[in-house]
Amino acid sequence: MARKVLVLGEVREGSLRNVSFEAVAAAKTSAEGGEVVGVLFGDSVSALGAEFIQYGADRVVTVEDEQLKQYTSDGYSQALLAVIDQEDPEGIIFGHTAQGKDLAPRIAAKLESGLISDVTDLEVEGGNLVFTRPIYSGKAFEKKIVTDGLLFATIRPNNIAPLEKDESRTGDVSSLSVEIKNLRQVIKEVVRKATEGVDLSEAKVIVAGGRGVKSEEGFEPLKELADVLGGAVGASRGACDADYCDYSLQIGQTGKVVTPDLYIACGISGAIQHLAGMSNSKIIVAINKDPEANIFKVADYGIVGDLFEVLPLLTKEFKELLVNA
Amino acid sequence: MNIYVLMKRTFDTEEKITISSGKINEDGAEFIINPYDEYAIEEAIQVRDAHGGEVTVVSVGTEEAEKQLRTALAMGADKAVLINTEDDVEEGDQFTTSKILAEFLKDKEVDLIIGGNVAIDGGSGQVGPRVAELLAIPYITTITKLDIEGTTATVVRDVEGDSEVIETSLPLLVTAQQGLNEPRYPSLPGIMKAKKKPLDEIELDDLDLDEDDVEAKTKTIEISLPPKKEAGKVLEGELEDQVKELVGLLHNEAKVV
Repeated sequence: MARKVLVLGEVREGSLRNVSFEAVAAAKTSAEGGEVVGVLFGDSVSALGAEFIQYGADRVVTVEDEQLKQYTSDGYSQALLAVIDQEDPEGIIFGHTAQGKDLAPRIAAKLESGLISDVTDLEVEGGNLVFTRPIYSGKAFEKKIVTDGLLFATIRPNNIAPLEKDESRTGDVSSLSVEIKNLRQVIKEVVRKATEGVDLSEAKVIVAGGRGVKSEEGFEPLKELADVLGGAVGASRGACDADYCDYSLQIGQTGKVVTPDLYIACGISGAIQHLAGMSNSKIIVAINKDPEANIFKVADYGIVGDLFEVLPLLTKEFKELLVNA
Repeated sequence: MNIYVLMKRTFDTEEKITISSGKINEDGAEFIINPYDEYAIEEAIQVRDAHGGEVTVVSVGTEEAEKQLRTALAMGADKAVLINTEDDVEEGDQFTTSKILAEFLKDKEVDLIIGGNVAIDGGSGQVGPRVAELLAIPYITTITKLDIEGTTATVVRDVEGDSEVIETSLPLLVTAQQGLNEPRYPSLPGIMKAKKKPLDEIELDDLDLDEDDVEAKTKTIEISLPPKKEAGKVLEGELEDQVKELVGLLHNEAKVV
């Protein structure tokens, strides 16, 4: 059944995030032949519309306002409700990002609709659009369908492949004028403290440290390796509780659930709560002094050894490989 | 200050998940307060101690959640309310839960509502923002700091590792992120006192709701376990050779670098 589906693109530092292209692919599946309409908010975003279309959107609607430069729940929901009012979609797809998680439930409540969060796969099965999502932090999976009303979902970064970019694709980029007013949240300051550049939830490579890292400085060799691989640094709860790093890096049942292509676990024993957060990564490498460590049970490749000896060698080896590549 | 905490009873994080006849097997499993809701309870108690008022912990579920509500009372909450949906809701979703909570809260003249940012079982993180929208109050999710002065709240929100300092006003709903505080363990006197604190139980009927009003908009059709991972390869030999081999495997075999 063809349906019109909106996809909210997410702009960070002037570019569309990768998850937005993945969301377009998910929208395309959801639309079942219907129209996919990209939606972009910001102070100046219409230039990004063309790229959104090259990744599969049929056309793009923008709302531009100085007050939409930074995400606030009030600002973005006013803008989105105006677009929904204009477009009357039958489906909506967001990325399951900080922004998507914050905004989608509110919009769903407003529209009295269901919402399927954190989707890792979707397909048409027996006439139904079926969404797969992890539960119990990835210890199990459930398949869900929408039984009433709008088809609304947020998709987890890194799981649904984006469509191939087609530079010959063109479409209409139109702007909708919305009066953004009475924002109840005012952002006073943004403090960036994550490892520069790559975000954990979107990282293709994660180098994570546990208690075996031993100190804050102990994370340095992990950072160096992550830099070489263009990845992000993560941590187990043990490392966070011991104050070696910030809780924002925590991966596990409490903390972030991640699914990178490559997960390198350094000095992490592999408690069940940690495994829940990372065991669905494509390839897992474990580096641990203890050959009996639980982490080796989920690892594709393991090195029994001291991470402080292994990591510098590994960083050097990858550097050479990537220089030659 | 009139403070409400939204609490969910969940599986202990230690539990392995098994499935029997298509459902998550709960036999013999330990249950706990959802860990993020513990931060919420702790924060509510701290705000009350600083500003006065009362903390009420509310949970939508079955009578089994009484145990976790008692624990919340033992931590220091003043009152607990169980909205027992056992007889009325067979398979609810987040639409269901938030509608029930909002109906319950709408005439309570709340100043502050705190919940966990996500439950570690369902993992959708929807109920907080949904309830705020239904009550038409502002909300801020994944907070790591909360300061209240008069009716102004200054909140630090975790945004994928970055921190936003946001100013907003009461009444307000916030959801707790790890790092917000260090939840206390119930003390023995706390546990004794909790036995005498009010724990009310109500049903949908008491909220003038019937099953149709809260009927789920989504449905789970299948639950499965992730494919079992085969034991991997532990490398051997000189460390330098192991590292070379590993890089080769990741590049040529796994093709992830």
